[in-house]
Amino acid sequence: MKIVVAIKQTPDSAAKVVADGGQVAWGDAPLEMNPWDEFAVEAALLQADAQEAEVTAISVGGESAKEALKTALAMGAQQAILISDPALANADSQAIAKVLAAAIRKIGEVDLAFFGRQAIDGDMGVTGAMTARVLGWPMLGLVAAVQALSTDSIRVECSFEEGRQVVDCKLPAVVSVSKDISEPRYPSFMGIRKASRAVIPTWSLGDLGLAAPASVVVWPQVANPPARQVTTEMVSGGTAKEIAENLVDKILAEKVL
Amino acid sequence: MDFTLTEEHRLAQQMVREFAEREIAPIIQDCDRQQRMADFVLPRLGELGILGICLPIRYGGQGLDYLALGLACEELEAVDTSLRVVLSVHVGLNSLGLLQWGTEEQKQRLLKPQAEGKKIACFGLTESGAGSDVAAIQSTARRVGDGYLLNGEKMWISLATRADHCLWVARTDPQAADPHDGLSAFLVELDRPGVSRGDLHHKLGVRAGSTGWIACQDVLIPEANRIGLEGEGFKIAMSCLDNGRYTVAAGATGLIRACLEASVKYAHERKAFGREIGKLQLVQQKIALMVQSYDAARLFYLRAGWMKNEGLRNTRETSLAKWFATDASFEAASQAVQIHGAYGYSDEYPVERYLRNSKGAVIYEGTSEIHMLMQAGYALGLRQDAALRCELPAYDPKTWQE
Repeated sequence: MKIVVAIKQTPDSAAKVVADGGQVAWGDAPLEMNPWDEFAVEAALLQADAQEAEVTAISVGGESAKEALKTALAMGAQQAILISDPALANADSQAIAKVLAAAIRKIGEVDLAFFGRQAIDGDMGVTGAMTARVLGWPMLGLVAAVQALSTDSIRVECSFEEGRQVVDCKLPAVVSVSKDISEPRYPSFMGIRKASRAVIPTWSLGDLGLAAPASVVVWPQVANPPARQVTTEMVSGGTAKEIAENLVDKILAEKVL
Repeated sequence: MDFTLTEEHRLAQQMVREFAEREIAPIIQDCDRQQRMADFVLPRLGELGILGICLPIRYGGQGLDYLALGLACEELEAVDTSLRVVLSVHVGLNSLGLLQWGTEEQKQRLLKPQAEGKKIACFGLTESGAGSDVAAIQSTARRVGDGYLLNGEKMWISLATRADHCLWVARTDPQAADPHDGLSAFLVELDRPGVSRGDLHHKLGVRAGSTGWIACQDVLIPEANRIGLEGEGFKIAMSCLDNGRYTVAAGATGLIRACLEASVKYAHERKAFGREIGKLQLVQQKIALMVQSYDAARLFYLRAGWMKNEGLRNTRETSLAKWFATDASFEAASQAVQIHGAYGYSDEYPVERYLRNSKGAVIYEGTSEIHMLMQAGYALGLRQDAALRCELPAYDPKTWQE
């Protein structure tokens, strides 16, 4: 069985992201694997452990995205491939989906493609679904657990606000996972040694037989949310009971409750 | 000269950092208040391979180098000193001692389960009446038949009640002209009859760690558990300290970093005189000095780690690294408390824990005074490191992986 996991390199989740004049910057904060994708890697590795499958991590990005791929290798993925091309600068989700689908086809005989639910930078949350659409594969979203996997089908449990749903589908399929899937494992030292010596191949659009896919989404405006105005007021009273009563009156007056 | 960490070092450092921040940071304040080590800490460190990080794979380790050990110590102590202490005693003082001085049979039998994290190791040198003055050790090991009968009590032993193995230094020759030559080293399995032990509480710092005493009363151990030759105990203990001190130096560097990060954060948040306190020059001075000591401490320990990798004798450089980093971490923690003002004096912020924790390392594994004397001794030509019968093996990326 062949499993692909698609990952993205994003700024550290603790980075202070500043939008200025339409440009987004995160200072000197480090780049790391998109935290949601760590769950996707974990999901892929869990299935690989159970099925003796081979996991290939793929990423679209610049040379630095190899660091995120190395993290996936250190966690236990067997292979990693970077897809990099200057023509992909400012590519939107559907353009990336076309590229990922082409890469999955080039890898060949892939049974499952795992995605994180969204990336913390663009926050679109559609790349997995769009890739499934390009591939013509079924798409399972918000997957919290893989209940069963055979050579030709998968049963998953999807989790959303209203409840849970068990879904069966035929393989090959795209699976986008939520963080309920399992806590991502740490890289092992053995994996770290392997990753640090790995030479990650880079595929260009030419290697995938693709022309530069045009982006259809543009961002005419990018801005930080307005700063919140917070005022502090001390609630006083003679006794604890009186303070509590005054606090309740305040809360009711402000219509918080 | 290349100051860049390798990919392997960077990933290992990141892994240890993630573990410490994700699993220990959220509970450390409670553990410190309750003066207990969380039960999962040692098994988890073993499971993740951290307890065998720099040991060869054939001895159950992970096959990384001595620099990786230092980087792991820096990351662990950036969260809490008690974590780094585990590596100091288990890896630095005990396992690396076995790697250096043990026979092949001892490495397979005793070192391997330690590197795999299946057996926890500690180091029994200090006694209630013998600290800096190692030659004053009273514990005895008397030859009986094919083995030795051990008697005596060790004090201030990290992991005393958690460990399975103790590298124990005792006097085998009370008549030796130089009392240093009358000492020998043994690996004592702590489940042997006659071993008793207990925890010590009410310490100033490292309260989330385990510190205690171990007593041996007529404990019989086979000759196969003697490490090195009879009379080599002092040399073995000193080479164990060369490795333990390295981990302490790297850890104290992490503590300086923790003080710096907490201070920078607070200096941005706290306002006084109409602006954030980070704009005040006297606060800036404290922060600048922390930056200076962090960088210097880091360079000191990385040099010592590099020398270990190369198989170069590093007693002087390791001593310098340990002396500088621990003194600097105490100063950094004190200034971090000062920057935090009254809040720094309460355990609402972690800096008071950093201050309490930092004091221990200025005392153990050679007090600052001992290191000062050592450095003066080297400079004045009064002290030289003689070659040892067994040197710590240089890191070999090929044989370490076999």
